[in-house]
Amino acid sequence: MPQPAPGALKKTPLNARHRSLGARMVAFGGWDMPVEYTGIADEHLAVRARAGLFDVSHMGEIEIAGADALAAVQHITSNDASRLAVHQIQYSALTTAAGTFVDDVLTYKLADEHFMLVVNASNIMKDYNWITDQIAGRGDVVAVNTSSRHALLALQGPGARDVLQTLTGVDLADIKYYWFTTGEVASVRCTISRTGYTGEDGFEVFAPPASAERVWDAILQAGRDAGVVPAGLGARDTLRLEAAMRLYGNDMDETTTVLEADLGWIVGWKKPAFLGSDVLHRQKAEGAPRKLVGFEMLDRAIARHGYDVYLGDAKSGVVTSGTQTPFLKKAIGMAYLPAERAVPNTEFEVDVRGRRMRAVVVPMPFYKRPK
Amino acid sequence: MYPSDLKYTKDHEWVRVEGQQAQVGITDYAQKQLGDVVYLELPDVGRRLNKGDVFGTIESVKAVSELYSPVTGEVAEVNARLTEKPEGVNSDPHGSWMIVLQIANAGETSDLLDAAQYIELTK
Repeated sequence: MPQPAPGALKKTPLNARHRSLGARMVAFGGWDMPVEYTGIADEHLAVRARAGLFDVSHMGEIEIAGADALAAVQHITSNDASRLAVHQIQYSALTTAAGTFVDDVLTYKLADEHFMLVVNASNIMKDYNWITDQIAGRGDVVAVNTSSRHALLALQGPGARDVLQTLTGVDLADIKYYWFTTGEVASVRCTISRTGYTGEDGFEVFAPPASAERVWDAILQAGRDAGVVPAGLGARDTLRLEAAMRLYGNDMDETTTVLEADLGWIVGWKKPAFLGSDVLHRQKAEGAPRKLVGFEMLDRAIARHGYDVYLGDAKSGVVTSGTQTPFLKKAIGMAYLPAERAVPNTEFEVDVRGRRMRAVVVPMPFYKRPK
Repeated sequence: MYPSDLKYTKDHEWVRVEGQQAQVGITDYAQKQLGDVVYLELPDVGRRLNKGDVFGTIESVKAVSELYSPVTGEVAEVNARLTEKPEGVNSDPHGSWMIVLQIANAGETSDLLDAAQYIELTK
């Protein structure tokens, strides 16, 4: 993918903080983002053992409002948004008419006639244009791209709640997983949601951009004794992979259906027809031709995104994500396999730069946090 | 940071020339760019390499890079202990040699960079 010139990269409100912390910066989805501060493995292990603070302000927010907002959200996303209470969140897919992913999103129900979709950074304009087109003529509903109104900080790890609690009057124990509330963090009015992309307990805090540094500094200060560290996109990627969370553009995209990505649980099977629902219902009845699986390497090698998968001599699929994980200390990944072979214990080979390396299908997630 | 008794390449390898032999590793700058190293693949002893040939691969959590031979020669030794504990490349890059080459053409070593030139390159 061609990267824009460095001068064209967008910066989050925390860019100066990353630079003063000595982060290694990379271009990611058009943004100048920290990939690591002290090292991916260090930061990964800190999140599993204590907590890490991520700047994910590059993520986008698109609000959908109006008397017909629920019907519009129901039409464009796969999950059943009618099941959401105000202040509740669900993982969902923004689908094409073919049941594939325009994007994967979190749907926040802000009020009865008001939703917010949190979308991937590199898809903000695509999603916004797509949504605008799809909801046109569907009654009293409008979509607004509010991405520039939010900085987004993710505090993730077993120590996250205690640290954040010192900065807010909101009783964080009252916020259940995939719910949110509004309240002050370090005297800044924020939206606080119990969500994340690491497989750990944690919170995502939406703050006004002008106050982002204040919230960032306060969390790092409050977390100093508890060992909270800033964490970059590198650790975010290895953490989400251990937790088997999908990454748009790697594990699924506009060519893969929600069922092929093995995300049938984010399809509202009983809700009215939505974009691509006919394809998904048919695939559910007849079986999808291929399925995303988790695997571990049997040979010493890392299978990475785009490497070909072989069953015997036949090229049979492709690796979508793969790394050596710092916590499990194994080479793991995800790959598409023909559905009939997409079952645990199936052995296959990956072409690792010209050499066939053995792998085996294992159940996902690779990592589940201790309760 | 960059020992003056080593020579360097634009591909971020270091070379310690001792008589007809050259120890080869990667620089501190290179290990910082790679991040946490998890695998190291090195050639067999006896392999003949031309200057600029790929002699192995080094893999970190986030990326794979090829290793380029700084001079022409034959692989005389391979650091098997380093392939078992490749994180040594991060903790002691200039002490973590990967291969020893029997130098075929002594003239090539004068093309290598000295520490000051290499530091300039990484600025």
